[in-house]
Amino acid sequence: MTRLSGNSKHSVRMTVNGRAHEGYAEPRMLLADFLRHELGLYGTHVGCEHGVCGACTVLIDGVPSRSCTQYAVQADGASIETVESLADGDTLNALQAAFRNNHALQCGFCTAGILMSATAFLEETPAPTELQVREMLSGHICRCTGYDGIVRAILEAAGVQAEGKAA
Amino acid sequence: MKPVAFDYVRASSIEEVLDLLLEAGDDAVLLAGGMSLGPMLNLRAATPSLVIDLNRTAGLGGITANGAVTTGAMLRQTQAMRDDLLMTVVPLLAKAMPSIGHYQTRSRGTLGGSIAHADPSAELPLCLLTLGGEVELQSKDGSRRVAADDFFEGVLTTARQPTEMITAIHWPRRSGSFGFVEEAQRHGDFALTAAAVWIELDATGSLAGGRLGLGGVEDRPVAFDLKEFAGAPVDENLATQVARDIAGRTDPMDDHVADAAYRRQLAGVLGKRALMEAAGEAGS
Repeated sequence: MTRLSGNSKHSVRMTVNGRAHEGYAEPRMLLADFLRHELGLYGTHVGCEHGVCGACTVLIDGVPSRSCTQYAVQADGASIETVESLADGDTLNALQAAFRNNHALQCGFCTAGILMSATAFLEETPAPTELQVREMLSGHICRCTGYDGIVRAILEAAGVQAEGKAA
Repeated sequence: MKPVAFDYVRASSIEEVLDLLLEAGDDAVLLAGGMSLGPMLNLRAATPSLVIDLNRTAGLGGITANGAVTTGAMLRQTQAMRDDLLMTVVPLLAKAMPSIGHYQTRSRGTLGGSIAHADPSAELPLCLLTLGGEVELQSKDGSRRVAADDFFEGVLTTARQPTEMITAIHWPRRSGSFGFVEEAQRHGDFALTAAAVWIELDATGSLAGGRLGLGGVEDRPVAFDLKEFAGAPVDENLATQVARDIAGRTDPMDDHVADAAYRRQLAGVLGKRALMEAAGEAGS
């Protein structure tokens, strides 16, 4: 049992998008801030800092989670996936392409979190209904789109993925 | 905002947690899923000197079914919802849990954390109270079980002592049928009011007993015995009368989202709907 002092920084190691990383954090440092400022992964956005807006959603050991209500020291040894894991170089993945096709973003602030939620959601629910998509999206706030484009994009991506799996 | 500086311990055993609690007492907080404590720390509504992380503490997970069903304090809400046994044996949870927060918070939020936090509008405290369940608390002096009726004392206030931790929740197996209805401003928001119902019917199909619970009305979840209304089938008239009668006995909170009169009105309407849902299930 190690007591990490609140007034000093501690080594934190985690795998992010398949690569081993190490950084330093005080216990009070949010995981989201660690990803951005220690590891330089600015794709994860920080919105409300109390778990409501969903902008900071990442996958922690495969589970969609807020990275603002977890502290970096808690994720020591964890495997994290962020929005940077989705595209292959300049080539968008099917979900990202569907967002582009359906005008599912405008300012883009909420997009990274929604993409990560939708990634996990479509793994678990490959053929969702619109209601299921909207319930999942209740955990994200988008102030630009009115959500319709986002719903269409996720449903389209589900179609694309289903075809991909059948082939 | 960012939290004030705190020391951090990732506890690996219940013994470690209890040692730390004995030493730090009120200055320490127990971090479960962090869906309520995380915001409180970030907003500096909680300023502990020590955060004890339970996320890798052994012996706090799992589901066991003997007489009652026992869930470990750190069982995640999503894990509970995916457990066929738990959802079958405690059907009220299957009805209520989709209303807890969001997909992205249930993945991390725990059963014990929600019950320890004791938000007056939270679904899990309401379900536990309505079913007459118990909370298992452990300290260096041993363990004790506290009935839900005695556990919830007020807003974010419970019978847990500073040197105690919740290790498990006991959900009784109730025969009968169940209903759950809540009203929130948006899906996943805190309930303005929630109604949970457990009814037992006799051989002729008349109401014999059970409980109607209300969340978000008073400073803690409240439950009322349905025995006094026994003797008639649960139809729309009876449901309306029972829910209205019970709503009239509550002393609702008044706040910026809903005044007391509206909450009492909601208690009557949602109580009736939850009773009808339970009755419909019993009839089918």
